[in-house]
Amino acid sequence: MPVTTQEQIQFIVADAPVGTSEDPLVRMQEDLRRAIKKPENQRHWVMALDLRKCVGCSACTIACVVENKLPPGVVYRPVLEEELGTYPNVTRRFVPRPCMQCENPPCVNVCPVNATFKRPDGIVAVNYNDCIGCRYCLTACPYSACTFDSGRFYLEGTPGTPTSLVGRPKVESYEKLAAYEYGQSWERKHDDSPVGNARKCQFCSHRLNAGMLPACATTCIGRATYFGDASDHDSLVAQLIALPNVMRLKEEIGTEPKVYYLV
Amino acid sequence: MKKREQFLWLVGIVGFIAGLYGMYDRLTTGHINVSYGSYIPWGLWIGAYIYLVGISAGAFLISALVYAFGIKKLEKIGKLALFTAVVSLGIAMLSVLIDLGRPERVWRVMDATNFGSMMGWMFWLYTTYFILLLVELWLALRADLVAWIARPGFVGSLAKFLTFGQTDVSANTLARDKKFLRVLGTVGVPLAIAFHGGVGALFGVVGARAYWNTGLTPIMFLVGALTSGGALLTFVTFVFGPNHGSREHQDTVLFLGRIALGLLLLDILLEWAEYSIGLYSAIPADVASMKLVLFGQFAWVFWGVHIGLGVVVPILLMLWKGKSAAWVAFAGLLIAITFFTVRLNIVIPGLAVPEMQGLGEAFTGPGLTFDYLPTLTEWLVQIWAVSAGLLAFLVGYRVLPIVREQSGAGAAAE
Repeated sequence: MPVTTQEQIQFIVADAPVGTSEDPLVRMQEDLRRAIKKPENQRHWVMALDLRKCVGCSACTIACVVENKLPPGVVYRPVLEEELGTYPNVTRRFVPRPCMQCENPPCVNVCPVNATFKRPDGIVAVNYNDCIGCRYCLTACPYSACTFDSGRFYLEGTPGTPTSLVGRPKVESYEKLAAYEYGQSWERKHDDSPVGNARKCQFCSHRLNAGMLPACATTCIGRATYFGDASDHDSLVAQLIALPNVMRLKEEIGTEPKVYYLV
Repeated sequence: MKKREQFLWLVGIVGFIAGLYGMYDRLTTGHINVSYGSYIPWGLWIGAYIYLVGISAGAFLISALVYAFGIKKLEKIGKLALFTAVVSLGIAMLSVLIDLGRPERVWRVMDATNFGSMMGWMFWLYTTYFILLLVELWLALRADLVAWIARPGFVGSLAKFLTFGQTDVSANTLARDKKFLRVLGTVGVPLAIAFHGGVGALFGVVGARAYWNTGLTPIMFLVGALTSGGALLTFVTFVFGPNHGSREHQDTVLFLGRIALGLLLLDILLEWAEYSIGLYSAIPADVASMKLVLFGQFAWVFWGVHIGLGVVVPILLMLWKGKSAAWVAFAGLLIAITFFTVRLNIVIPGLAVPEMQGLGEAFTGPGLTFDYLPTLTEWLVQIWAVSAGLLAFLVGYRVLPIVREQSGAGAAAE
């Protein structure tokens, strides 16, 4: 029997966790404020993605690109699309894939210079000033979550605007804006880090310190991205990841991702 | 100058000049005009690196037959083998340095080594091996350097400088040299096994890539190193070995050829083990890389270049023309050159299978693809590095007593 839109909404609301009267963003914001008052090693950042709510708009991917000023070839959070079923019973599934911030991250141990490391709050970070760009971590990640910044600009090699010499490539100033990953200013120049480094999602750690949710969570139009401190029992994510319909990617390999999917 | 040597000079000079453009592009634009990126992070240069490091390890282990195990038959080519090992290690290091995102920070591997990472280990093993190689080569050359001091011009001055004042060639010091050589050669064997097995382990430990993640990987790297190194040395001995055309020279080439053939057969056995076990596995995701090698878009590289030109043709040549040094040397060259495809077929197919379905389509951009074909820049840079190595080898052959002719004034004056 076909399901009406009304019934679908009822289904989602009925299934939604406690405190649905307020926008989850407001709730998560409060959760975050509580969390950052705790010492770093007592925060346990977790992301939950409700695949039933994800509409595949990729707004999170774009918000992430904008927030972290990602150049061509670098992406922290692509949304994987999959078609399921056979006509007329077809549907599409969207799976956003940020870095899993694994409890047992395979990327950390392979780094020859300890540039990739796990922070006390569980975030797997890359020290841009130490990374030699060997890309061993890229091969070791089972989720392909590490990417390589090859130093490209979007408009490099394109014909110039009238203000520049005709035919000369023109890189616009917005492409050179600084990214603020890890709480530092990383101006984009040809030869400076993070160019030549491994880059990955770090749950927008610079935003967390400022009391802001990761860009992907803030921008999610379907309210499908949840974020917070799992060690806080009152937080929304702590309640969500205790639901029976929770799963993680490649759970069997034992990396213990901190990104959960509600299915 | 011999015709063959002249030809190699020509190849080296042309490659060096053509490759300059690639180096210029790499040094001025960085990692932009290249095909590797975020999803296939390693490409041609890493393939070349493991190939050349293998050649170095193989050539070194053959020199150890002389210095550690005292095999008389190869005595005259010990220095040639050591020199080949030095040069190929140099090109390998150059290839991997160029590949780094931030090559200027390579010293950090020494400064902040993570010994939990195979790559951290590699740095120290290579450094130790390189020093050992240089000392061993110096010891092997010393007596001849002393003899060369008498030569006029640059060669004589260089020889004098390189003796570092150690010009005593009495029976006692020569015996001491020989003893040291034996010690270094012996220490070098486990070291060479460790560092090249280590390169294999560097791939073998990556649990995310089922294709690499087998205990056989380091062993295959080692046997492959011996095969390709031995095969290349067969060719090098034929072209540069002492007393070209003599009975002894031919015997040495044929002997090396037989070693290379035996190693090639062992390598094929291991390859069979790897592929047959892999393909019988019922987990499709684990077999995807192998299927790519055997039946993918670049299957011709495996069947045509590796199996055809690198295995079948050399074996047939060695069976039918096994008494001709020239043909055996040619077979060795074929094995050595085509072995590059074996290394490429380890690196790239292991990465070319998406770890998650739909990743290649989810977000696109340069480097966010699972197709890999080296760009012109990548080829030119590699050609430049190999040509630079070839030229270094040819110059070394001219100005150092790498090869000592039995009669006449010596190699360089031929």
